[in-house]
Amino acid sequence: MAEPILEVKDLVKHYPLTQGIVLKKQVGAVRAVDGVSFSLTKGETLGIVGESGCGKSTLAKVLMNLEKATSGQVLFKGEDITRLSGAGLKAVRRNIQMVFQDPYTSLNPRMTVGDIIGEPFEIHPEVAPKGDRRRAVQDLLDVVGLNPEYINRYPHQFSGGQRQRIGIARGLALKPELIICDEPVSALDVSVQAQVINLLEQLQNEFRLSYMFIAHDLSIVRHISDRVGVMYLGKMVEIGTEEQIYSHPTHPYTQALLSAVPVPDPTGREHRERILLSGDIPSPANPPSGCRFRTRCWKAEERCSTEVPLLAVPSTLRGPAAHESACHFAEVRDVIGSG
Amino acid sequence: MSEPTKSENTGAAIPGQSGSGPAAGGPAAATAKGSGAPDAGGERVASLWTDAWTDLRRSPLFLIGGFLVLFMVVLAIAPQLFTDGDPRAGGFCNLADSLKRPSGSHWFGFDVQGCDIYTRTIWGARNSIIVGMVTTTLVVLVGGSLGLWAGWIGGIGDSVLSRVTEIFFAIPLLLGGMLIMSTWGEGNAWTVSAVMAVLGWPQIYRLMRSAVLANKHNDYVVAARALGAGTGRIVGRHILPNAVAPVIVVSTINLGVYIGAEAALSYLGIGIQSPAISWGLMISDAQARFLNAPHVLLFPAAVLSVTVLAFIMLGDAVRDALDPKLR
Repeated sequence: MAEPILEVKDLVKHYPLTQGIVLKKQVGAVRAVDGVSFSLTKGETLGIVGESGCGKSTLAKVLMNLEKATSGQVLFKGEDITRLSGAGLKAVRRNIQMVFQDPYTSLNPRMTVGDIIGEPFEIHPEVAPKGDRRRAVQDLLDVVGLNPEYINRYPHQFSGGQRQRIGIARGLALKPELIICDEPVSALDVSVQAQVINLLEQLQNEFRLSYMFIAHDLSIVRHISDRVGVMYLGKMVEIGTEEQIYSHPTHPYTQALLSAVPVPDPTGREHRERILLSGDIPSPANPPSGCRFRTRCWKAEERCSTEVPLLAVPSTLRGPAAHESACHFAEVRDVIGSG
Repeated sequence: MSEPTKSENTGAAIPGQSGSGPAAGGPAAATAKGSGAPDAGGERVASLWTDAWTDLRRSPLFLIGGFLVLFMVVLAIAPQLFTDGDPRAGGFCNLADSLKRPSGSHWFGFDVQGCDIYTRTIWGARNSIIVGMVTTTLVVLVGGSLGLWAGWIGGIGDSVLSRVTEIFFAIPLLLGGMLIMSTWGEGNAWTVSAVMAVLGWPQIYRLMRSAVLANKHNDYVVAARALGAGTGRIVGRHILPNAVAPVIVVSTINLGVYIGAEAALSYLGIGIQSPAISWGLMISDAQARFLNAPHVLLFPAAVLSVTVLAFIMLGDAVRDALDPKLR
C-alpha cells in the first residue's frame, strides 16, 4: 500500500458542557468524535457514512482545523496539523480544502463568482501571479463545467448544481491534494447529484485528488468510494473496502444501515429482510458504557456493556472479506443481496 | 487545471452538463432584466445592490421620498436659492407686519415679530438636516462599529456591552434628551446631535450585532477560514457587506425620527435656542396664538411633517428593495 497522505490517530473532539453564567463550571462533554483512527492514501476516496449527529461533520471540521481537536493526531504527509497555527496552518490549508453541504449558504451572496473563486489566490498570492488570476479563475470555471463568461455573475443567478460547481472550483483553486466533501450533494436534486458526483470523480482522475467523502446516502458513497468507514455516535464501528462493507458487513449497525437502502426491484424488495432498530440514538453527552451500539443491538450481551469493542479485524473473518469491525460478535451477513 | 487541453475533456466527460450549462446559466429573471443576450453574462454585473437599485428606481415611494429628501438637502445647503431674504440680517423683521396673513408676496405670512415665515421656514431646514445627518452618522459609526466588534468576538466583551445597551434602552430618546439638554443647556444643532447620538447608538448596535451573529456561522465564512483568510478579510469582505443592509434601512428611517425629536426638544425650549432658526422653535413660538393666527404654526409644522415622512418613506422603500424575501 502506498504512503498515506492523511493519517488520523485516535482523534477526539469533545465540546464542554458548562453550567453557571460567570464562573463556568464544566459539568460534562458532548463526545462528538471519540477516538477515531483511519488513513487515506493519495488518489483514494474514503467514504464516511452514519446517521445525523454521529460526528461526521465534526470530524470534517477537526480535520480542516476549523475546530481544535481535544486530543489525538491528524498527520498530513507525516506532519501533525492539529497543533499548527499561523503561517504553518495557512500553508497546510493550501493542501486540504473543503466542499460544503449547502451551496446556498457556502457562497457569499455579495461577491461575484470571479471574486469567490479568486479569493484563494488573494489569500495565497504565491499560487497565481496577479495578472494571471482572472484567467486562472476562468480556467477553473471551465474545469468544473461552467461557462467562463459567468465570471461577473452573482451566486443568486445560478441553480443549486451550478453553485455547487462554483464551490468545487473554489476548493480546487489552490490545487490541494486532499478535498474533504461534507455531504456535497445532499442539498441537490437527484439528477443534479449524479452530475456533481461524476464531476468529482473526473477531477479526481485528472488531478489525482484524495477525497474524504462524507454522506448519509449509502448508494452515492458506494458509487464514489474506494473504502468506506461507518460511524456511530462518535466512533468508527466498521471500516473496509467498498466491497467488504457493502457485501460482507459484519457490524450489526452497518447491517441495519444497509438494510434500509431502498431496492428498486419490487420482487427483491419483498424477499429481503429489513433490520429495524428500536429506540433513538443515545445522547453523545452520555454515551452507553462498553459498546455504544448495545442499547439498540439485537446481539447485545453482558460483555457488550462492560468491554469496549476495539476496531480490529475479527479472528473469525478470513480471506477477502476480512476487514476491521468494532463488534464482539462480528459475523458477515449479506443484507442487500448483492452476493 | 491551468492547461487548456483539460477543458475539452471536461466537456466530453459529462455530456448532460455541457448542454445544460449555458442554457440554465442565467436565471430567467436575471437575463430578462439585462440588456444583452444570455451569453453576454460577462458584461452584465448584477449584484444584490444593483438589483435593489433597479427596484428602487421603479418604486413611487422611493421616488417621492428621495425627491423630497434631495429638495430638503438643497434647502439646507443653499437657502438663498429659494428666497431673497436673510432672516439673520437686521431689518428682516418688521413689527408692523406682525401676524399678517399669507399674501401674494409673502406666501406663508408673518409671525408675531413680523418676520416672513416662508424665509424662516426655508432657513430652518439647515438645522434640522444637520441634526438628522450628524446624529445618524454618529449613531452608525459608534453603534455599528461596537455592534460589529461585539458580534464578532462574542464572550464577555459582548455580554458587558449588551448589558450597557440595555440600560440605554430603558431611557426614552426624548425624555433622556430633555434630561441631558436641560442639565447642560447650550442648545445648538451640534449639542442636540451629540445628545441624541449618545441615546440612539444602542439601537444600531443591537441591529449590527444580531446581523453579524446571523452571518458569522454561515458556510461562506467557514469556507473563507478554511482557505486561510485572516480576521480582517473575513470581517471586511464577508461579514460586513452582508450585515450592513438592515443598518442602512433603520438609519434612514431614524434620520426622520431624529429630525422630529430635535423639533420636539426645540419646541420645549431646551433644544436649539433663539436666535437660531428651527422648525420646532417656530412651532413653539406660534402655539400661544394658534387660534388667532394658525398659519404661523401650520406652515413650519407641515414642512416638518413632510420632511420626517420623506425619510421614513425612503427607508421603507430601501427596506423593500433590500429584503431578499421579496425577490
